[in-house]
Amino acid sequence: MKRSERFIANSIKIAGSSSILFILLIFFFLVKEGLPALGEVSFKNLFSLRWYPIEELFGILPLISGSLVVTLTSILIALPLGVGTAIYIGEIAPKKIKEILKPTVEIMAGIPSVVLGFIGIQALSPFLRTFLNLPTGLTALSGAILLALIAIPSIVSIAEDALYAVPNSYRDASYALGATQWQTIWGVVMPSARSGLMTAVMLGIGRSLGETMAVMMVTGNAATSFAGLKSIIMPVRTMTATIASEMGEVASSSVHYHVLFFIGIILFIFSLIINISSSSLQGKTKQEKGQVVS
Amino acid sequence: MIEYPQYKKPFYALSKQNSQKVGFSFIRLITLVTILPILGIIAYIVFKGAGSITWEFLTAMPSDGMRAGGILPAIVGTFYLMIGTAIFSIPLGIAAGIYLSEYAADNRWTRLIRIAIVSLAGVPSVVYGLFGLGLFVLFFKFGISILSASLTLSIMTLPVIISTTEESLRSVPYRFRVVGVSLGGTQWQTIRRVILPQALPGIVTGIILGLERAVGETAPILFTGATFFLPHLPGSPMDATMALPYHIYVISTQVPGMPSGIQYGTVLVLLAFVLGMNLIASLIRSRARARRQW
Repeated sequence: MKRSERFIANSIKIAGSSSILFILLIFFFLVKEGLPALGEVSFKNLFSLRWYPIEELFGILPLISGSLVVTLTSILIALPLGVGTAIYIGEIAPKKIKEILKPTVEIMAGIPSVVLGFIGIQALSPFLRTFLNLPTGLTALSGAILLALIAIPSIVSIAEDALYAVPNSYRDASYALGATQWQTIWGVVMPSARSGLMTAVMLGIGRSLGETMAVMMVTGNAATSFAGLKSIIMPVRTMTATIASEMGEVASSSVHYHVLFFIGIILFIFSLIINISSSSLQGKTKQEKGQVVS
Repeated sequence: MIEYPQYKKPFYALSKQNSQKVGFSFIRLITLVTILPILGIIAYIVFKGAGSITWEFLTAMPSDGMRAGGILPAIVGTFYLMIGTAIFSIPLGIAAGIYLSEYAADNRWTRLIRIAIVSLAGVPSVVYGLFGLGLFVLFFKFGISILSASLTLSIMTLPVIISTTEESLRSVPYRFRVVGVSLGGTQWQTIRRVILPQALPGIVTGIILGLERAVGETAPILFTGATFFLPHLPGSPMDATMALPYHIYVISTQVPGMPSGIQYGTVLVLLAFVLGMNLIASLIRSRARARRQW
């Protein structure tokens, strides 16, 4: 092998491994700036119900519950819409409509979250306020609706892939037994695509949990503690919004600064668990499908 | 004689043809509910914002506390960030994609790289912001600058570019590689002169979609490069910059008495930027598909 060629091959190999370096760097810097929080804030304070940094109260539980309320509500909205749309695009729609719908979903994925947040402030929150007769429209529900719009495109595209991966022989067999297309979709295609659909849901949850701007702009940013179902129509504050809105105002290396990085560690670990487990789920589906064919 | 329990159809049961009709209408309704809001949002922004788009709005500096004048520094800043992100992420992303598709063996290290890429793709955008603050702004002492923000956005964009590059390279049939090598080309010459040109449209599409996402992001640049207001255009990569997404956040939440014309106008400019890139990407893709001979 020529010298220059070996140089190129080696550079490509190094570049190929760069992702590992970056994920380690992210983890290292989060830990470096966030772990001191555990030494500076008492455990009892950190896992209390009051987030009020000015008085050195750093209870992160309301932030975690805020994130969970908004995320779960958004998935309850996005899941039926996303999977339903995927079924329409993948199984029912005529080719022409399909060719219009697919780019539309792609456009949806491209809309910046700050734009959705802006629409949330201008149109959605005032509407919800009058419609549900609330004291303020800046609630978990407004955030959840925007998050659903953000999560839907990824749910649609992954769910559609999952439906597409179901071999046509399954459908043919079902038709041959006298089932209608609808019965086939419910009884055969959906169960076969189960783990792919699960992946779609999990990645949707991941996107919602990590989303920042839209949520920060419309959820009112009050660190309220969890109040059951009523939390949905109350202002909340998520982990992401807390970091984004407070990091600009803290002195670096202060206690507050370290706690914000500590919240970053929690978010990072959540996202890691969701993404790695959903990708291994996807890998498993491929193996199962492989066995069917062979 | 054994008596088998007989299945009795409940009175409300539909025939299977009718249940298909009901089911399909339901799915169509779901699809409409998913698609209409996004089309509605785009139409609404165009309707409300088109009136403020003048030559002056696009090319003048803001005045009167951003309540009048234009948004030139935000447009230029977004452009700089896009170029900066492209400079770092494109070579590294393409090289890593080439590695995974052409060089990597199916071993534990490769699997680790894939896990790292999936994890990078799932890291919340605000956590990228924290990481950029820790590594580029503070550790490397690049400060709040275009450089820090571009590097942060590059790492965020990397997984998109790597995956699309790998996918487009893999879709080039294996016989192209065999022919390249059998004509006496080395592995790199085959990749460089045969495989890459064939995969180029797919790679370019992926790059544009990745940059589109970077351009619309706010959270990663919040504490790495974005500034509230700049009386002049940024002069070097070490300067902080205004950017369209951050500017939208500022004028919709931080500045009281903001005229709504400027708000909607700014949102429309960002939307046009992002959707324009989306359009270019789909044009490249469909042209390449039509021309492809394999």
